[in-house]
Amino acid sequence: MPQIAQLSETYASQIFWVLLFFGLIFFVIGKGMVPKVMETVAVRDKQIADDLAAAEAARKAADSQEEAWRVAANTQRAEAQALIAKAKGEAAKATETRLASANTVIDQRLAEAEQRIAGARAGALEEIETVATEAAGDIVARLAGVTVDAAAARVAVKEALNG
Amino acid sequence: MAEAGKVDPMHQFTIEPMFGTDHWEIAGYSIPFTNSALWMAITTVALFLFVWGGMKRQLVPGRWQMAVESMTSFVDNLLAANVGPAGKKYVPYIFSLFMFILFANVLGLLPLMLVGVHPFTFTSHFSATGVLAIMSFAIVLIVGFWRHGFHFFSLFVPHGTPLWLIWLIPVIELVSFLVRPFSLALRLFVAMMAGHVLLEVLSSFVIDSMNSGALWGTVVGLPSFLLMIAICALEILVAGIQAYVFALLTSLYLNDAENLH
Repeated sequence: MPQIAQLSETYASQIFWVLLFFGLIFFVIGKGMVPKVMETVAVRDKQIADDLAAAEAARKAADSQEEAWRVAANTQRAEAQALIAKAKGEAAKATETRLASANTVIDQRLAEAEQRIAGARAGALEEIETVATEAAGDIVARLAGVTVDAAAARVAVKEALNG
Repeated sequence: MAEAGKVDPMHQFTIEPMFGTDHWEIAGYSIPFTNSALWMAITTVALFLFVWGGMKRQLVPGRWQMAVESMTSFVDNLLAANVGPAGKKYVPYIFSLFMFILFANVLGLLPLMLVGVHPFTFTSHFSATGVLAIMSFAIVLIVGFWRHGFHFFSLFVPHGTPLWLIWLIPVIELVSFLVRPFSLALRLFVAMMAGHVLLEVLSSFVIDSMNSGALWGTVVGLPSFLLMIAICALEILVAGIQAYVFALLTSLYLNDAENLH
């Protein structure tokens, strides 16, 4: 077993070189490089944690903004509906008023027209009476040779016309 | 190593000075640069390249950076779980320990004989693992006495010790405490050595039985070869587990020093 057989001649060399190389590893790698590697890990972990926190904050902000938007939208919708209802009411009222005024105008015109028609009819009857009276006077003068008083003729014609 | 079909499974653990450095010495102690030291150097370079490749410090890590960061996070979590917040400052030490042993174990298992290089697993020498174990034990002692002074001895009297056992429990605790560096060093050394011996013995079965003819090659060599494949997988697992156990136990002992019981 060389570990024991060679112990007396090799122990100093073994101890020396182990201490030398382990010391190199400890001071160069363990003390020099490992902390930098671990710092990188720590920086990354911190960055991930920060990013997660920022994302969470952004999500909360988005939620609250959405809520605010929802409230605003609801108010605006209610306002718009009130506005529409009001406009509808006004429009209906305006239509009613215009219909009423148009009706009045139409009625007035109808009355005027009826009056005109009645006037025309009366005028026409007068004309007919006059013509009939003259005609009757002429007829009597030609047939009987009697001159009839115009007033008498008119009474007679009226009697005959109106029965 | 093989003379006339004889394979010495222990030969692989022989330490040999390399590059003519036999005469190197400091204060009378001979410190030749051996094959063991060479593989420590290779382990150090490999570990350096591994961690260096993960130093790009990108926000979104690549595969290599991910691998390095997962190793540091693994050690960090190990210490956080076993020692608590006070364990953060031991990350460089536990990381160095864990990765040094892990890389040494795995590098020693590589089939480099195929390209003519003989891998050497220095963690199969208790003169190497012992240094690491004593270092961990010394840190536990220093931290313990530094933080708690003589109160650190209360470690040997666990909470709830019955008064009539007060003469016995501290003795048992003291023994179990003092055994720690040996158990740390011997566990790693024995596990690595046993695996390598087993692989060497099985491979000698394969070679010798093949040399004895087709019949023995089929009856003995083939099953041994299949067993070797399975044990190779097991040894890779053991390489990781032993590194983990060393780091885990060291962090548990550090917990005793930091927080007492």
